[in-house]
Amino acid sequence: MHVLTVPETLDERSFETLAADLARADGSRVLFDARRVRWANPYGLVGLLAAGAVARQRSGDAPHLQAPESTDVAHYWARMNFFVHAADVFEPSRLARALRRPAAGESDALLEITSVRSPEDVHDVVDRVRERAAAILGHRLNYPPSAVVQFSVILSEVCQNVVEHAGAEGWVAAQTYNWARRLGRVVAVIAVADVGMGFRGSLAAEHARRYGERWSDATALEAAFLHGMSRYREPGRGQGLQGIRKHVARWNGEVLIRSGTARIAAVPDWDDLPPLESGLAEFPGAQIVVVLPEHKADDTKRP
Amino acid sequence: MVEPAFIDLVALLRKSVTTLYSDLVTRPTGRAVRLGIEQQLGSAPGPCVSVIDFSQVGILDFSCADEIVAKLLLRYRAADRPAEAFFFLRGVAEHHREPIDCVLDRHGLLLGAEVRTGERLLLGPASDEVRRLWHGLEELRRATPADLARRLGIAEPAAQAGLAALAGHRAAVQGPAWQYVALGALVSGAAL
Repeated sequence: MHVLTVPETLDERSFETLAADLARADGSRVLFDARRVRWANPYGLVGLLAAGAVARQRSGDAPHLQAPESTDVAHYWARMNFFVHAADVFEPSRLARALRRPAAGESDALLEITSVRSPEDVHDVVDRVRERAAAILGHRLNYPPSAVVQFSVILSEVCQNVVEHAGAEGWVAAQTYNWARRLGRVVAVIAVADVGMGFRGSLAAEHARRYGERWSDATALEAAFLHGMSRYREPGRGQGLQGIRKHVARWNGEVLIRSGTARIAAVPDWDDLPPLESGLAEFPGAQIVVVLPEHKADDTKRP
Repeated sequence: MVEPAFIDLVALLRKSVTTLYSDLVTRPTGRAVRLGIEQQLGSAPGPCVSVIDFSQVGILDFSCADEIVAKLLLRYRAADRPAEAFFFLRGVAEHHREPIDCVLDRHGLLLGAEVRTGERLLLGPASDEVRRLWHGLEELRRATPADLARRLGIAEPAAQAGLAALAGHRAAVQGPAWQYVALGALVSGAAL
């Protein structure tokens, strides 16, 4: 049994520690020890489900998960429907207590963790998030009503990425929180994760030959994210990610996509992420996070 | 005679994919709606201007805009088009514009539309002169290149070339005796 300690803060940055540790499991059954987790954002939660699914694929056995000891954290995970989805990924016996834990009060999530398998799921997600998005984006992020539609379009396109390109199930979640330490503002975060074929696998048949030896996870991400290339020959394909980049840039937000051993990002001035990284720990599929910061009256960029 | 054919996208969406949603999202949804439009056009007795109504549409994403708007225009612009059809959008909201403009730009297509304020616009990547010609033709409803050249203060060959380009994009109809007819006029039931 390989014991993997889940980082105390679980987000798109610390996910790299999790992925690297998972790579060291080398096909053994895994125990994800999340007892000391103190905070997780939507990327951390859907990323943990994805990591559990990968551990299951590699070892052939359902991994174990030890739920957070902190009552607040466990309640939050319950409100985000994490344990409901975890029961399909992790060994259910250890989750029994967590699953019995009642979610304290109404969920304050923008979108609880939701499985994405089909176009119908995408319709459902877009429909479900509409009213909450209108209230939250307007009141907490000071976005105009038109931004709610653009938010839904982003949500639709990131979910479709799973349906059309992953060839596997994925999960989506969205939440708002005060990102005091990094940004000093409220942010809305959308995260999507799948463990499917990833960008390199999806684009290989159509584009790998042209890149020759340079073909890699990083070049596949560049091709899709920067140049709008798609696995399909039709010229109209690949516009979804381009549209997301455009919307997110308008709000001075950030988009980060991880696939295989690389990640690419549209980085705003408030962050210091490198725009492209390669040589990361191998992790299948694609994981996307979109961060939209609160708008303030003296901002030059207007949503 | 070019007859108008009115297509309510949300009614068609509910019929094509048996859903209660009013959002046009995902590529398969767009494909189903486009096939529904093509089916309706296939049963038209002759040439028609298809008025695609966005009034009840909530969200339109890029994938759906590509399937419904761009692919429809491309198919009916092709020499082997299945029927003689022109397209005009109605009830287009501000938030529909971005995905529609994006797919028209990507494919180099032009399309006339009436937005929710009632204003008529030529969408897509047109030069200023072609855009002025389109607006001029919409105002006059039908005109020759000479008529528009006089009205807009441009050379007649330039008006001729611009109108031919609009007709090539099927954003205007070339009628008899060098007359061009605005799609907006045909939508209102004017004869060719």
